[in-house]
Amino acid sequence: MASKVIHAIYNDDDILMNAVKAVRKEHYHIDEVYTPFPVHGLDKAMGLEDTRIAICSFMYGCVGLAVAITMMNYIMIEDWPQNIGGKPSFSYLENMPAFVPIMFEMTVFFAAHLMVITFYMRSKLWPFKKAENPDVRTTDDHFLMAIDAGHHNVDDVSKFLSDTGAIEISLHDKEDDH
Amino acid sequence: MDTYKYKLPNKLRIFAIACMLLGAIGFITGYALTPKTIEKVKEIEASHHGDGHGGGHATTDAHGGDHADDAHGGDAHYEHVLHQMQNRPWSALYIASFFFFMIALGTLAFYAIQHASQAGWSPVLFRVMEGITAYLPWASVIILILLLLSVFHVNHIFHWMEPELIDPESDKYDKLIAGKSGWLNTTGFLIRAVIYLAGFNAYRYFSRKWSLNQDNATDNRWFKKNFKLAAGFLVFFIYTESMMSWDWIMSFDPHWFSTLFGWYVFAGMMVSAITVIAMITIYLKSQGYLEFVNDSHIHDLAKFMFAFSIFWTYLWFSQFMLIWYANIPEEVTYFVTRIEDYKLPFFGMLAMNFIFPLLILMNSDYKRVNWFVIMAGVVILAGHYIDVFNMVMPGTVGTSWFIGLPELGSLLFFFGLFIFVVFTALTKESLLAKGSPFMKESKHFHY
Repeated sequence: MASKVIHAIYNDDDILMNAVKAVRKEHYHIDEVYTPFPVHGLDKAMGLEDTRIAICSFMYGCVGLAVAITMMNYIMIEDWPQNIGGKPSFSYLENMPAFVPIMFEMTVFFAAHLMVITFYMRSKLWPFKKAENPDVRTTDDHFLMAIDAGHHNVDDVSKFLSDTGAIEISLHDKEDDH
Repeated sequence: MDTYKYKLPNKLRIFAIACMLLGAIGFITGYALTPKTIEKVKEIEASHHGDGHGGGHATTDAHGGDHADDAHGGDAHYEHVLHQMQNRPWSALYIASFFFFMIALGTLAFYAIQHASQAGWSPVLFRVMEGITAYLPWASVIILILLLLSVFHVNHIFHWMEPELIDPESDKYDKLIAGKSGWLNTTGFLIRAVIYLAGFNAYRYFSRKWSLNQDNATDNRWFKKNFKLAAGFLVFFIYTESMMSWDWIMSFDPHWFSTLFGWYVFAGMMVSAITVIAMITIYLKSQGYLEFVNDSHIHDLAKFMFAFSIFWTYLWFSQFMLIWYANIPEEVTYFVTRIEDYKLPFFGMLAMNFIFPLLILMNSDYKRVNWFVIMAGVVILAGHYIDVFNMVMPGTVGTSWFIGLPELGSLLFFFGLFIFVVFTALTKESLLAKGSPFMKESKHFHY
């Protein structure tokens, strides 16, 4: 049996923010909020957890640094330590200044690209993904809050939402692949 | 009564004066212990070799024996060491006074940037910055006196000031220094010094005055004037700061030159200044002042500390790596002496000025924790003192360096003077620059 979800549409981000706070106060469960642009402070108002993507990025950067050091140490010092223009290839440390530009770039490269890929994977984004858009206007100038109807009385919830400034309220079946 | 007015606690005043006294005693003792004659140097070296290295004794004898035949050569070594040792207290004094001068000047530049960029977050910190720049006139006078003492040969920390070096008849004639005497001559040196200092102090005087005028103004007239003045000052500053660093620091190694030296000194100046702004802000807030400063302001300052630490490292590395890579003898001696004779301070400061702030201040949450910012600040300031030490000492005292009484004494003295002047200046006016048109935005600043 499919559960029900209530879609409340707003046309102003300030009203939306206040509505989110009011809904949270009443302990209704917000499934999702769709907005055409980032609304500053919405994640805090919804009580979403902080992202940990910066921590990921730091670790990826460390991996990049390790890759750069291992690679250059093997190639330039261990495998074939040639004398190239008098640069000291006796140990990694002695020739390190020459390796720093690559160490730096590899750190940034790994940190940036792996973080972006992590972002795509965690937010399930890829080129042929089917758009999950409940109402096309949410990409232009409307804001949509989806509330789990659960075992609440739909009429009560609708009444409450229209009081918070919603301009349209509708009841939908929850899609299973959500 | 203005509730935002700072009252100087007696404890702090006594602390500052105690620092100055202790520092002065330390410095004078250090100065008095400086050897005056070659005989004294010989004694010191003999006792060092005798005590320190048991095995080295034989070689010392052999060394002495070699030179016994050639009395002139033997004395030349001791004379050289004597000059280095006599330079040491003067260099120590110069480094400490320049370090605090640098903080005041860097704060002034940061303050001008805040005006010129019309920053919305920083007006709540204007009075703190103005308090720090109140040290600038003091520092300027002290620097000028030290430069005058060098010009009149009371000390010999600036090697190129020796008149014999540019006299073609003399056996000390130095063609390289003589070739640079168009720039490196004492008359031009003093004129330039006066121009730099007059320019910095004039900006400091007028911007402070107009900032105070704005508090009681009905329109934004003084704010606009300050904006224009700040923009003009920044142009003046970036030229004079660069030339100042050639004159006052790079000329300690008159055979050496580097293009990005001015930027490098500037980066060290900015990071020390921003660190001091953050530390004084945190201190005043902990004393119950600056209620309008929130942790987002601290977070912003800590971000600046972090970013400028990395900017400093970028310039340090750019300068080092280019010279190391090309390895041209006339340039590379600068780093050869530093790596051979100053290994620990040279690489130690890299850890203090780069790795430590990089790891400590990367996390956004840590930048809001006051004691983290203070801890990072202490390490950054110590690191930048050592940076100045590394820039000055090898050119003046060479291998005879040590961080002992004269260094710590003068550091403590200028620290006390800085605290005394800055915190006295903070008591003069309200800590809230209420006339700034960005004040409301700044009070509500939130990141």
